[in-house]
Amino acid sequence: MHLLVVVGEAARFAGRVIVESVRPPYEFRETLRQLFELGCRSVPLIAASGFAVGIVLSMHTRASLARFGAEALIPAGLAIALVRETGPLTAGLLLSGRIGAGIGAELGAMKVTEQIDALEATAVDSFRYLVVTRVIACVIALPLLTSLMNFTGMFGGYVAETSITGTPFQAYFRQAFTAIEFSDLIPATLKTMVFGFIIASVASYLGINTNSGTEGVGRASTQSVVASSILLIAANVLLVRIIFFFYPV
Amino acid sequence: MATDRPAVELRAVSKSFGTRKVLDDVSLTIEAGRSICILGRSGTGKSVSLKTIIGLIRPDTGGVLIEGEDITGLSSRELSRVRKRIGFLFQYAALFDSISVGENVAFPLRRHSDLANDEIRSRASHLLTQVGLGREYDKMPSDLSGGMKKRAGLARALALQPPILLADEPSAGLDPVTAGEIDALLVTLKQQSSTTLIVVTHNIPSARTIADELVFLHEGRIIAQGAPAALDRSDIPLVRQFMTSEGAG
Repeated sequence: MHLLVVVGEAARFAGRVIVESVRPPYEFRETLRQLFELGCRSVPLIAASGFAVGIVLSMHTRASLARFGAEALIPAGLAIALVRETGPLTAGLLLSGRIGAGIGAELGAMKVTEQIDALEATAVDSFRYLVVTRVIACVIALPLLTSLMNFTGMFGGYVAETSITGTPFQAYFRQAFTAIEFSDLIPATLKTMVFGFIIASVASYLGINTNSGTEGVGRASTQSVVASSILLIAANVLLVRIIFFFYPV
Repeated sequence: MATDRPAVELRAVSKSFGTRKVLDDVSLTIEAGRSICILGRSGTGKSVSLKTIIGLIRPDTGGVLIEGEDITGLSSRELSRVRKRIGFLFQYAALFDSISVGENVAFPLRRHSDLANDEIRSRASHLLTQVGLGREYDKMPSDLSGGMKKRAGLARALALQPPILLADEPSAGLDPVTAGEIDALLVTLKQQSSTTLIVVTHNIPSARTIADELVFLHEGRIIAQGAPAALDRSDIPLVRQFMTSEGAG
């Protein structure tokens, strides 16, 4: 019963985020600040992870394709795997850890130290100022960071491949990009906007409803990561199904 | 700005948290330019009264009128309009910990005035000087002592020159000298700007200095109300006991 109440409240919270995000006045300055805090500060994590994932994926792709003498397809295979699924999902999960935990802990700490009440007392709509700005920033940041992960992943794949075969940079990326179609890249990248919405909404909901002092802050942070990761994976299944409906293979 | 209407009026306000009734049919009228102190033992609803007045807590029943306008049914946007006329000093200051002390004070001005940046900085500096923190503009809240945070919180509450100031234990945790300075500042505010003061305190000497009238809350109800001298002669033992104590906050 309690779970149903929480789910209902969270759904109402998410609905309010959507309504408030299109209603003026807009918090442009704070949204930009959040875009920097949540987006730009995630660049090193995403770039490094993408590079490492690209190397590993390239090694696996080589091992598989070599059995069939199809090493020439490695750039294309790697690019499609990264762009369609590995990039978006890995970026989403990494960011649910970094951003989800951050938002949950920050808003939770603000709640228990009455900073959210202080915002309201200074005639600022705390929901719009704290929640809507973070959700919009995440919705914008996720596709951009996913694109970065895709690119650094392909670059990692190139480094792994050229160290074995000496494949030139231009030839590798020509093969990789030739294999990618609109239906591979755009829907898969745009679906991460939904991931961004889920991560920021879930973390904000849990942060803003924190109680029980510092212990509650820690719990909000952990729960933000767990809940947003599970919801993100579940949403991914649904979104991939929808993408296949509109762009059948 | 004095008006014909009372600055604040509580009409039969009741509020419960779970099964615990924190405010029980509380009615109170505070004329503009007057100062009252709310006294009572811990957990008797003093802070809840203040938060109800500024709309952070909505009463279960009854009405809260600010300068004649009932705020209990207002939307958050309408409530923001009313809150610009009320300053609130939180019990633990509730400074925004991600921005400097000076920017905390400047925050309401940046949000609600069209002043140029230099003017905002100058006003914030002046307010900090008034509370003895003139040299702390660029420090972060975490670098301040508890008493300094409280003074910075008071400066922030005064930033918009509100006609009504609510203060939750302004001298609690302060040394006697600083507490005296805060009391003097509140009295000056009242005398020079006709600010309506509503102060929650345990500190009887402070209350005697600041208040035209004392209100004694016990178990969510007002059990005594009047000038300090009148409460000294109260026939309620708890009130008399309180009034004869030196309660240092």
